[in-house]
Amino acid sequence: MKKNSTRNNIILFASFMSLILLSYILNYNLGMKIGENFMIFARDMIKILPPAFILIGLFDVWVDRKTIEKNFGKTSGFKKYIYSILLAATTVGGTFVAFPVANSLYHKGAGYSSIFTYITAASLVMIPMSIMEASILGLKFTFIRIGVSLPLVVISSVLLEKYFKNRDYKLPKVA
Amino acid sequence: MYSLYIISIISLSISYYFNKAKTKQSLKIAWKKFSKILPGYLKLLIILSFVLLISDDIIIRYLGGSGSLFGIIIGLISGSITMMPGFIAYPLSGILLEKGVSYMVIASFITTLMMVGVVTYPVEKEYMGKKATIVRNIASFVIAAIIAIATGIFYGEVF
Repeated sequence: MKKNSTRNNIILFASFMSLILLSYILNYNLGMKIGENFMIFARDMIKILPPAFILIGLFDVWVDRKTIEKNFGKTSGFKKYIYSILLAATTVGGTFVAFPVANSLYHKGAGYSSIFTYITAASLVMIPMSIMEASILGLKFTFIRIGVSLPLVVISSVLLEKYFKNRDYKLPKVA
Repeated sequence: MYSLYIISIISLSISYYFNKAKTKQSLKIAWKKFSKILPGYLKLLIILSFVLLISDDIIIRYLGGSGSLFGIIIGLISGSITMMPGFIAYPLSGILLEKGVSYMVIASFITTLMMVGVVTYPVEKEYMGKKATIVRNIASFVIAAIIAIATGIFYGEVF
């Protein structure tokens, strides 16, 4: 089963790459556009993912479970939401990085509400993005968006935690 | 833009100075996690390169040419199913604004673009599980709709 999916992935990726390559050889416009689009995000991921995973590895070996439980777990009160939002605002790479970080946090003892707050906030309040937004759409727009969303993010995370706790849901363990 | 590399190299060196064995172990963990999720990210890249074919013109045409309510609905849906980096999305919303599209419609598009990830599903489900991924995205969609309406109220575009 596992081997099969690896083989399928390789086939998928190889055929995608040959489609792009062929498009460039035959000067096929649509294919070349797809290739350009691929590069936009691929560049981002090469810049961000390898070092992000190195930091996640360091986090795994160095950070004590107790520290996470105390600040992001059930023994932490309201401040866990503030910590989650601060961590989110400084997470480089948005949700691409936030998903694996959230998973590591969870397995170190962070509560559901903390990780839901973290992931959703990471997609909403990245500092460099928000600065760009404010310069184009105006400061008022950014303030409304962040001011309205953060309370909603916390409230929904509390509700989601209740929902998942009742169902004894567990996040998958990745590696 | 390679600052994250610098940060991780500095962190690795500090870690290595204090404990060699732990540092090696951390690299092993990093590699294991990275190689396991790599197919997910590659799939995501492939999906994204097709999704980005939905050009600016199409988004401008559909978001620009419709009334408030219809505009919000189109904004929410197109923001959910697409994903684009900020350096494309924000200039695009700047153009929308110039074309007279309301802040409310722009908010519905921008917010779902960031919060709701239909295309990031292959990666998110690996880390959060299928159920949490689906529930979280639905919740995010609802929040995005509320933000859009709130934006409309603050800018005096509704009532």
